[in-house]
Amino acid sequence: MWYLCVFYHRLLDYRRPEVESLAELFAGPGARESVEWRMPENHHVDSPFHLVRLPGDERLAAQVANRSLLVKGVYELWGYGTTYEELEKSVREYPDERKLPFLVPESSFKIVIDSFGKVISSQEQNEIIQSLTYIPFKGRVNLKKPDHRFFVMETDDYGSNNGLPPVVKRSIFFGREVGAADRHLLPTYQLKSRKYIGPTAMDAEMAFLMANQGLASPGKLVYDPFVGTGSILVAAAHFGAMTMGADIDIRVVRDGRGPNCNVWSNFEQYKLPEPLCLLRADNNLPPWRPGLKEMFDAIICDPPYGVRAGGRKSGGRKLIKGVKGPYTVPDEKRDNHIPSTAPYSLAECVHDLLHLAARMVVMGGRLVFFYPVLRGEDGTANPQFPEHPCFKLITSSEQILSFRYSRVLLTMVKVAPYTEEIEKLAAERHREFRENHQKWMEEGNLHSAVFEPAQDGKPDRDSKPKYRGKYV
Amino acid sequence: MRLLTHNMLASNVRGATTGYPLTLEATNWCTKEVELNSDFIRGLLPKIDWRALVAATRAIGLPELLPEEQPPEEEIFAEGAADVEGSAIRRIHHALLEVHVQEGSLVCPDTSRCFPINKGIPNMMLHEDEV
Repeated sequence: MWYLCVFYHRLLDYRRPEVESLAELFAGPGARESVEWRMPENHHVDSPFHLVRLPGDERLAAQVANRSLLVKGVYELWGYGTTYEELEKSVREYPDERKLPFLVPESSFKIVIDSFGKVISSQEQNEIIQSLTYIPFKGRVNLKKPDHRFFVMETDDYGSNNGLPPVVKRSIFFGREVGAADRHLLPTYQLKSRKYIGPTAMDAEMAFLMANQGLASPGKLVYDPFVGTGSILVAAAHFGAMTMGADIDIRVVRDGRGPNCNVWSNFEQYKLPEPLCLLRADNNLPPWRPGLKEMFDAIICDPPYGVRAGGRKSGGRKLIKGVKGPYTVPDEKRDNHIPSTAPYSLAECVHDLLHLAARMVVMGGRLVFFYPVLRGEDGTANPQFPEHPCFKLITSSEQILSFRYSRVLLTMVKVAPYTEEIEKLAAERHREFRENHQKWMEEGNLHSAVFEPAQDGKPDRDSKPKYRGKYV
Repeated sequence: MRLLTHNMLASNVRGATTGYPLTLEATNWCTKEVELNSDFIRGLLPKIDWRALVAATRAIGLPELLPEEQPPEEEIFAEGAADVEGSAIRRIHHALLEVHVQEGSLVCPDTSRCFPINKGIPNMMLHEDEV
């Protein structure tokens, strides 16, 4: 059945992939591909109103909507029109056997008037509700906990220059709510009330979206190799997954800011089961035992790509100074020695991540991570995403961060097993990175591209287009 | 550090052949309750090196917890076993996920390099001359 799926008007690129991933989570492998989309007549693809067909019954639609962050509501569409007269005709034509079970005397109901891109005064709202007499409501009104919620949603033909998607014609929808996102999660998990955060802690909403892309759920194991303050694992744990994390900075994972302000306390704060393991390790030289593979159901992470925080790997001094002779740690200082680290280029970091995932993710498991993209003169990005023979890229969702650059959330599925051949190729590439460290560091330097002053002295801001699209 | 983690780690110090299994030395450990999920254990068990797990339980002083040989799957995942105190699945769950080593070390079997465990976090980073 087709449903009306109304989204919150934000993170536009993330909306459909989230619904598709959740369909896969609740309806089983392959369900993602059978999700179908349509736009209502005259609606731009950025409009919050979409029509969706899910591979399952109403229960699936409810599960998907309730678990999502960006679905304002999924509705059984009873009628649609460009005027209230057309809406009435359309609702009257909708088959009675679909309508009457929800209008029976022993049920309670509520009617909500909602709008997008316009304001409807409470007097007008009352008038709209009064005009719905052609629907034979027999139940009691209950505004707090109704059995059924009905929505009238209206959007107008406002111009296209106010940052909203252009809509050619007024459209009015009438529908019965099937499910809706629980946005109460966001004030609970917001970073400003979290005890332990760092400068690049992942924003709560985005972390939940990432956990949804990674299909985090009870009985699954999720790993974050750049765990930091644990902000991504918190989201995965909220959805019931077991978690594991590693970081190269021991101060972050071990000490935090004291006994009650560290990664463990973040999980305690939300009464979540703590991570099964936190360890200090280098993504460039992962300490997994030989033969160990396919441990994790998903790897979800935000790699350090050198704009706000740069990556580090083992083996500092030798590389920085170009000294040929190996550095030896004196025996008497070995116990408390803090090894120096070298900067880690984005290309090498992503290569290591893909290789780690190829080995450690189960078949059909997911790799979800952010990848930075520089935007061209015209404000569009035309990126080349990293590839790996074991992985298939299924979605890429852009979030524009500034005029210069975006980050793109990539979701990949493991489609081919990890073989000796792949292992050998990866080892060769690993050596190549090691030998040409300087070259890779220079090529992958995003920091200067993002923070360099504008050439002609004019701020970039002027050229920002009025229609905000993905900015929201 | 859970014993599950111990089961996954190896030393990658230069000169180590396999660096596995690491010898566990625990000076301080505790138990933390984790909800039992049979499906999770079922997925995990084939990837566990049983001998290394048994060695780890002995190293912390719980020689009775696990038998020398892994019990057959039919026994571990028998109907209702998860609710029986002291059943194989409960013991395995306890050994893998509930025993938490706070302080101690992991020693590389090839090179005797010692990786410290401090506040529950194993430090697997290598020094400059070990990479």
